[in-house]
Order: sequence, then structure tokens, then C-alpha cells
Amino acid sequence: MIRVVLPGHLRTLARIDGEVQLDIAGPVTQRSVLDALEARYPMLRGTIRDHDGGPRRAFIRFFACEQDLSHEPPDDPLPDAVAAGTEPYLVVGAMAGG
Amino acid sequence: MSGVRVLAGTRKGAFVLTSDGTRKAWNVSGPHFAGWEIYHVKGSPADPDRLYASQSSGWSGQVIQRSDDGGATWAPVGNQFAYQGTPGTHQWYDGTPHPWEFARVWHLEPSLDDPDVVYAGVEDAGLFRTDDGGQSWQELPTLRGHESGSSWQPGAGGMCLHTILLDPVQRGRMFAAISAAGAFRSDDAGQTWRPINKGLQSEGIPDPDAEVGHCVHRLAMHPSRPDVLFMQKHWDVMRSDNGGESWREISGNLPTDFGFPIDVHAHEPDTIYVVPITSDAEHFPPEGKLRVYRSRTGGDDWEPLTTGLPQEHCYVNVLRDAMAVDSLDTCGVYFGTTGGQVYASADSGDSWAPIVRDLPAVLSVEVQTLS
Repeated sequence: MIRVVLPGHLRTLARIDGEVQLDIAGPVTQRSVLDALEARYPMLRGTIRDHDGGPRRAFIRFFACEQDLSHEPPDDPLPDAVAAGTEPYLVVGAMAGG
Repeated sequence: MSGVRVLAGTRKGAFVLTSDGTRKAWNVSGPHFAGWEIYHVKGSPADPDRLYASQSSGWSGQVIQRSDDGGATWAPVGNQFAYQGTPGTHQWYDGTPHPWEFARVWHLEPSLDDPDVVYAGVEDAGLFRTDDGGQSWQELPTLRGHESGSSWQPGAGGMCLHTILLDPVQRGRMFAAISAAGAFRSDDAGQTWRPINKGLQSEGIPDPDAEVGHCVHRLAMHPSRPDVLFMQKHWDVMRSDNGGESWREISGNLPTDFGFPIDVHAHEPDTIYVVPITSDAEHFPPEGKLRVYRSRTGGDDWEPLTTGLPQEHCYVNVLRDAMAVDSLDTCGVYFGTTGGQVYASADSGDSWAPIVRDLPAVLSVEVQTLS
């Protein structure tokens, strides 16, 4: 089970309380996690990355295990701790946003 | 019993303000979509329970919200605004070519007849339409694709299509205004467009009376007389009596003819309202006195309306989409300020009172007259 933490403004939009928990079939990558997230919450399409799985929005960042994954290739495997569900995958609004 | 519903979009959420026909006691609902910029909220003339809201943020871009119950509940609908074809370039602030990039929806104009049909004016300037209640949006590309498009440039707020007027008499005729390109008209429901800026004079562009390049801030029309258009330009208040074919200045005795909103009385087509602002640099009222100016003669002769408005130390602005009128027997006039006040007048502007005083900066005000 993958744990995803969204920024407050997206939790409000998608009416989510707390973390999102996703089951991913196949490789656990940033792309597969975001695909699963958007499939469950279609209103998030276009708010984290461009429509149809395009590039990350400039003021959104991706963190996990105290690392900035924002510029990592989207099909690279996420850290084992994220894939195992012991650490969350963080979708973060950049400090410069808002 | 009749009543009104005021829809206020602000920098940090939307507010729905309701009252009965006396317009004295108000119920305030909100913030809806707290924390997001709400550039515009507007109801369908065909179904007053159908509302649309433009919600955006620097983090997460554009969302469109729809309500089917008069603003009690909302649900997000489609938010994909893709320019048709290869977008090309327009002029950037420094005069260099800059790619067309979607930023946000400034204005939503529901159809007069069909609650599922809405036009959206966006930044960078373009016009979109939905036929399915906001689920999907398609560009009407010939406006952006006008041969002058590559010369359009942003105003201080961005290169936005901010005004859409639908002609209730000549169906299919519509008007749009863009900062800083000017006013445009379509006679075939948006299939083709042409600039309608003859008579405008603007400093700050190489040719002061060019066909395009004017920073039109707002257009207004009375539905009974759609050939008569009123315009608040960057500087100058203008009027056209022929559907925009030509314009003449009607600034008359205004203390300054810079400003943003302009609107028309619901029952008196020659009664119009503006809020003079000191200058393009000083976006606040002259002398710190918040005054709405009313002309009962279709322009040129203006009277200040001050009762109930702050007459000292007031340095707010009133943005272009932040004024509206209701159509009760005694026309109500409403406007919102960047200081977070929404003022209402239930007597055509003779006297004013704040509905709310401390909202986030108000970006837009619309009003629905409810039966």
C-alpha cells in the first residue's frame, strides 16, 4: 500500500481527510502513483501535473524519505520505504506559492 | 418573496451573500473554496440555481466549480483549457514575441438560454465554450487567431479576455474585450471576429488610434438596447451607439477618467455607473474619497454618489468585474473593493452600506435577482 500526502488546498478540492492510501499494481513510480491518484480523484487532474500525465506544475514539488524527487525521471522506482508504505510520498506546494 | 443573491469572488475564496427584496439584512455564506483565488462566479440567466465559479491557484492552476442548487453545494467540473492548434506568440511586456500560455479563467458568461452553455474568457487571451455544463471546454479559436493577435500585449493584470457580452436581441452577436488588445465583435456566435475600436485614443502604443492595442478595462450594455455600448478604458470613458462601429468619449466632468468597472442601471438604459480611480499608477480613489459616479444622461454629465461611502483615508481599488446591478423595482447596485468590502445600494446609488467589510480582496461581484 502506498501512502500519499497532499497539500491542504488539494485535500479540500478532493474532499480528502488525512493521507490517501493507494494499491499499485506493477512498478511503484511517481507516474504510477500519480496515475492511480488521479484515477481515484479525477478532480485532481491538471492540478499536480499537466493533463494526460504531462509535466509537473512549476509550483508543485514531490518529496519522499527526506529527498526532493521533483526532478527525478517519472518512471524511476520510488524508494523501497515508499513502496512498502512505511514512508509517505509527499505532494507539496512550493514555498513560493499561495 | 423576491430577493437577491450576490456572488463575490475574492483572492482567498468565494462568498454568497443573500437578502430579501429590502436588501437590508444579509446572510453571508463562505468562504467557499477557501484559500483559492476566485476570479469570477456567475449564475445562469436560464436557471438561477446553476452557478459557475472560476477557481485557481499559483500551485495548482485552474479548477471550474459548478453548483446546481444556488451555491449551497458545489462540484468540480472540467478544467482543461487547451488552445486549438499551434498557439503561436503574442507580444510580451518588452515587445518581444511570447508564446501563448493558459494562466486562468477571468470571466464566465453563461448563455442566455441554456444553463449548460457557458463562455469563458481566459488569460492569455482566448475564448472558450462549454456545451455540457462545464465538463469539457473548446476554444473558439478565430478570436485569438485574428491577424492582429501576434501584436496583442498584456496589461498590468495579464493579457486577459475579461468581458463577454451576449446580445439578447440579435442572437449570435457577441462582444469581447481584451487587455490590452481592445474590443471585438462577432455576428455569428463567435465563428468570426473583428476589432471594434474606432474612436479610441490611447497613449502608450505607437499609433494612438490603432485598430488594436487599446487597454479596454470593461464593456457594459443594457439588454433592451444592445447597440449602445459603454466602455471604461485604461483612461477615458467611452460610448458607442452603433454596436461598437465607432466610439466617442463621455468622460465629461469626471474627476479622473481612469477606472475599471462600468455598469448600466437595470431599468434606465442611459443611467450608468463608474468608479473613478486616480491614475494608472495610483490605483485608489482621488483624494482618498470613495465615490461612485452616476450619469443619468448616458455620459458626459456625472454626479458623485457618496452617501454611506468612506470620504476620507480610503485607498482601495474596485476591479473591472467587481460591479453589478440587480433588477428589482428600485435597482440595486453593488461593488466590491480590494480592501474586502462589498457595498450595496438599494436605491440606484443614492445611498450605500457595506454588506461585509473584511473579506479578502474582492475580484468580482455578480448579483442574481430571485423571484
